[in-house]
Amino acid sequence: MAREMISLADVKFPDVSPINEIARGAELGPRLLPLDRRSFLKCAVMAGAVCGISAFAEPCAALLPWAGGPTQGDSQFTAEARFYEKLQNKKIKCKLCPRECVVGDRERGYCGVRENRGGTYYTLVHSRVCAAHIDPIEKKPLFHYLPGTLAFSLATAGCNVNCKFCQNWDISQVRPEQIRADYAPPKTVAELAKQNRCPTIAYTYSEPVIFSEYLMDTADAGHEAGVRSVVVSNGYMQTESLKAAYGKMDAVKIDLKAFSESYYRDVVGGELKPVLDSLVTLRKLGKWTEIVYLVVPTLNDSDSEFRGLVRWIKTNLGVDVPVHFTQFHPQYLLKNLPLTPVPTLERAKAMADAEGLHYVYIGNVPGHPAQNTYCPKCRHLLVERVGLTTGQILIRKGSCPFCKQPIPGIWHA
Amino acid sequence: MWLRSHRPAAALMKKSEGTRRDFLRACIAGAAVLGTGGSMELLEAAEQSSALVKSRVVIARDPMLRGAGTTVDSKRALNLLDHAMQALFDADHPADPWKNLVRPGDRVGLKVNALGGHAFSSNLQLVEAVCERLQEAGVKANDIVVWDRDTEELERAGFHISSAPNHVQCFGTDRTGYEEDLVTYGSVGSRLSKILTRSCNVLINMPLLKDHDGAGVSMALKNMYGVIHNPNKYHPNGCNPYIADVNMLPDIRTKMRLTICDATTAMYEGGPAYKPQYSWKNNALMVSRDPVALDYVGWQAIERKRAEKKLKTLEAEKRAPLYIATAADAQHRLGTNDPRRIAVIEAQAGR
Repeated sequence: MAREMISLADVKFPDVSPINEIARGAELGPRLLPLDRRSFLKCAVMAGAVCGISAFAEPCAALLPWAGGPTQGDSQFTAEARFYEKLQNKKIKCKLCPRECVVGDRERGYCGVRENRGGTYYTLVHSRVCAAHIDPIEKKPLFHYLPGTLAFSLATAGCNVNCKFCQNWDISQVRPEQIRADYAPPKTVAELAKQNRCPTIAYTYSEPVIFSEYLMDTADAGHEAGVRSVVVSNGYMQTESLKAAYGKMDAVKIDLKAFSESYYRDVVGGELKPVLDSLVTLRKLGKWTEIVYLVVPTLNDSDSEFRGLVRWIKTNLGVDVPVHFTQFHPQYLLKNLPLTPVPTLERAKAMADAEGLHYVYIGNVPGHPAQNTYCPKCRHLLVERVGLTTGQILIRKGSCPFCKQPIPGIWHA
Repeated sequence: MWLRSHRPAAALMKKSEGTRRDFLRACIAGAAVLGTGGSMELLEAAEQSSALVKSRVVIARDPMLRGAGTTVDSKRALNLLDHAMQALFDADHPADPWKNLVRPGDRVGLKVNALGGHAFSSNLQLVEAVCERLQEAGVKANDIVVWDRDTEELERAGFHISSAPNHVQCFGTDRTGYEEDLVTYGSVGSRLSKILTRSCNVLINMPLLKDHDGAGVSMALKNMYGVIHNPNKYHPNGCNPYIADVNMLPDIRTKMRLTICDATTAMYEGGPAYKPQYSWKNNALMVSRDPVALDYVGWQAIERKRAEKKLKTLEAEKRAPLYIATAADAQHRLGTNDPRRIAVIEAQAGR
């Protein structure tokens, strides 16, 4: 699907979700499971949203008062970075992510959004929003966090990895000055989220690790205004920066891109171990965390990798962590591979179920029954979903109304 | 493929007084350049049969380049350039090499390096000298564009920004942007500067001679990072194989005609940012049509200076420029890093 670049000043607000479920549904027609009339109508509503005719796709010019106004100068977006140490000869070592870029004067780190100026390291993307949208929280996807609510979602340019399958490479793999952006200071974002009845601000689309300072300030502003924060991240972060930044989040979604170091090295341009460490740290912090695993045909879809993944999750995070196996679509530098066959996703889910994980979902396949939440004890349907819309939500006081089994998550605002 | 960089087709034609065997060899090489089917095998055969074919790297020096002052003298810069080019092309007259490189109607991009500000960027007098010779060869002033990634950086380096008609153009990619479509080779996927893709059919590379904390050294091949939108993604692992892969992108590979490495001031340590304490006034130019050979020769020059300053070799510092060998390997063939196949020609100017 062709997608135009996002700006807050754009009248139309195209879809920039990393998990672009609705748009892809159109491509996936023959693969859909049979739908009843009710489900069909829900899908139609969602399709309307993509076309910009529902509340989900409300034009941002109407939402954002600064849209269309003058773009601010570089200094407006520049703030001293919080995670680095100074070295000799005006060099610095970045301590934000495990790369630990050593950056000389007037140079930038791998992410392209942090610059050494005379021995002081700066973020160039504070309040520099290149994409913003009001999304269903299910689009992140967060299935055990305030289902059926909206998230005021935003991003800046940049990323600290370079996934060959990146759907948003035209904002994640560019430098901030190469893309139009608007000035969106933290308090303004919090106010706008509230005005638009979004109980949550979501940091998403590109890679929030690289705009941690902005994320932290915005989360603080949001909490002061009674708005929560969630982050959609690769988790490739140093432990201390993770604690400082994601410690301010109310929920976290981590893209665990594979369960092998070779995949992380060759396809992602990162490392697996720090991501696993981040997941363990988030659990220790008590942060509500969900995991997405994008299943890429031939690259990370073997039985042994699925088995290793789910056993690691069970051992280190427990059986209640939701895991989403999502369908890959050819993008960016991996256009040579096909869509993930739905049976492959079902195989992954079956293995996770067999290992005893309680909440295993299949993503990017609208209408698949594995998008719903079921009670792990009595198997009753508890949350019904079709694509990004939520139907029945039967959970009461965090428990199954039929057998009283506690269902972990954040269910009520 | 490196045969292409040795001598232009016109030069081969001029020397066609040889035997029938020589003529056939020239035809084979020509076919390889034109991408005729099976050309690689023919080219390899031609390479093996021609022990005399070497990539030329000219190092031209003028100890009095700056006269008694600190600024490069314009006339001496032009004279130094002429010496270098005539040595590279075996030419008797300063205008001759340029007629082999360009022709009227060509749109020529001079990719300079302006990252180091006024103190350490491609030398202005040298760039002006190149523009002068190009115009004498029939290229219109406004068909010449002096460029790097950012206009402000060019200004800081002392360049006069211009897009006026009938003048040499000078601005950064920030003025034009990058192509929307990705181009890929090997490990690299990037958008190219529209200046390269739309404003020039001939590329003359004008890098500096400097140490680089990531790549080891930064000269001809590394300077092409200024052509792509995402150079920050290609610094891990000593920029290897990324530098070689970037130089394989079709618009770069097919438009590149010449490298004029400004070694008037050079850096042997602490790069790429300018550190005066690690620089030396070298008063030299390096020119070649083989960017790999030029980088190899430049690397050796930096190592000699490091040894003189009692510094460890780049290899001992675990930052040897491995990308140079990658650029010469069978997957890239951007030139040669084999010293037996490189002719280093010293040319003294200013006498």
